[in-house]
Amino acid sequence: MKPYSGSNLEKVLAAGHFAVTAEVGPPRGPDREAMKNKAVLVKGIADAYNVTDNQTAVVRMSSIAASKLLIDEGLEPVMQMVCRDRNRIALQSDLLGASALGIRNCLCLSGDHQVAGASGKLKGHPGAKNVYDVDSVQLLSILRGLRDEGLQQGGDSIEPNAPLFIGAAWTPLATPEEFRTLRLAKKVDAGADFIQTQAVYDVDRFARAVRRAEDMGLTERVAVLAGIIVPTSAGMLRYMDANVPGVEVPSALIERMQTAADRKAEGIKIALELVEAVRAIPGISGVHLQAIEAEHLLPEVAEAAGLLPRPLVA
Amino acid sequence: MIFAERKPLEEIVHSLNGYRRVLLVGCATCAAECAAGGEREVETLAPLLQLALENSGRPIEIATAMLEKQCEWEFVEEIAERVRGADAVLSLACGIGVQALAERYADIPVIPGVNTSALTMREELGVWASRCAACGDCLVGETFGLCPIARCAKSLLNGPCGGTRKDGKCEVDPEIDCVWNLIVERAASRGQLDTLRQNRSPKDWSNSGHGGPKRVVRQEMRL
Repeated sequence: MKPYSGSNLEKVLAAGHFAVTAEVGPPRGPDREAMKNKAVLVKGIADAYNVTDNQTAVVRMSSIAASKLLIDEGLEPVMQMVCRDRNRIALQSDLLGASALGIRNCLCLSGDHQVAGASGKLKGHPGAKNVYDVDSVQLLSILRGLRDEGLQQGGDSIEPNAPLFIGAAWTPLATPEEFRTLRLAKKVDAGADFIQTQAVYDVDRFARAVRRAEDMGLTERVAVLAGIIVPTSAGMLRYMDANVPGVEVPSALIERMQTAADRKAEGIKIALELVEAVRAIPGISGVHLQAIEAEHLLPEVAEAAGLLPRPLVA
Repeated sequence: MIFAERKPLEEIVHSLNGYRRVLLVGCATCAAECAAGGEREVETLAPLLQLALENSGRPIEIATAMLEKQCEWEFVEEIAERVRGADAVLSLACGIGVQALAERYADIPVIPGVNTSALTMREELGVWASRCAACGDCLVGETFGLCPIARCAKSLLNGPCGGTRKDGKCEVDPEIDCVWNLIVERAASRGQLDTLRQNRSPKDWSNSGHGGPKRVVRQEMRL
């Protein structure tokens, strides 16, 4: 892989390092300090930091603005972009703006449907009109057009091309499982350079899915970062297993969290084991670390997993 | 069929505020098929409204009429006499029928009594579900006879999002099938899963409502 976007994440992967990304959710208000504080908390533990785009369909500071705030703090953002809220005109306009602001990584997603409303914890905007002018696969191809051909989707040219490192999501264990490898292939064909997967707890099933991708030659063409969500309680694991499509949690793990004397320590221990296990899977190029509403755990996890310090690649 | 559901009674009662003689008009086509504005619904609704308005101290006279199709001028014409005696018309037809009445009888208010929401088929008795979104560029030939525009909550064209539930239902509603799961099942059963590998480009929406209101003129059919 020859780096071409100027993205640190891309350089780290191209140099053959095991990459680390983490997630920084923007605040639900125009709070620059909140973003800065989160940045300080996680600085140095990852090669790039995902900035979510109104996840669970709850209005938050825009991912483009929050990404720029991360850059100001010396962190490299992975700007997430969902197809729910913008048509191809707005998506491309924002991509050009993001590029001008120095944003180099973009993760293309379908986006949570507006009925999600933070899974019922917040009001959200369930009466909103969604857009879905393009889907995530088509968005990938749009990014590739802006970067490689200097062309907008409609065919008009741009000057200069937009340097972007293009990301996509993969939920290998979701129904219909037999299609998920093809779905990954479609994303790679459309232009994905890197993949961040849904959270992995069932390592064996995940490894089999990655093997299928490898058999199709996909892991040669795309860097796959395995999603790791630090467990914080047995209830959380049970909830994800039952309610989050594509997340399969073995009952033994739930049992471990249930009976642990120190849940925090056990959660971190499980996360470490997961990092270690996915690292051993051929075709896995890195991890995407998350701790839902517990970002303060991430530095400890990264440290203990031997992922620090992060490499400096020129 | 065009699918409609009756508005809540309170909303209809509220919208009839100030009228004394209302003509309630049903439609024997789609609105009847989806049990929102057929003869039965018209005859049930009239006394309910009468009672509700009487109880709120606003006595009202409600006459009823049925049209074979509220969206065709020749049928709309049939109630001309009866409209003359009313100070408002309450229509239980789809949005097309309501507007046909409103255009023909432009000097009195025509009030919608139903909400029109989808193009559906009756899957079984008492169950209606979306089948078409009138997108103007039919692709079901490539999706094994199942429409992802109308039946996927995100109108995705390249396979299911990550939100398909374990049982193959949609993340948005546990009662609704993930249409992409159905498409994949049908493709697999024909041994043609690979045909779904090909990426579909962004869609041209210009032949749907997004291209502006539809107006089609076919000269050979004009008088």
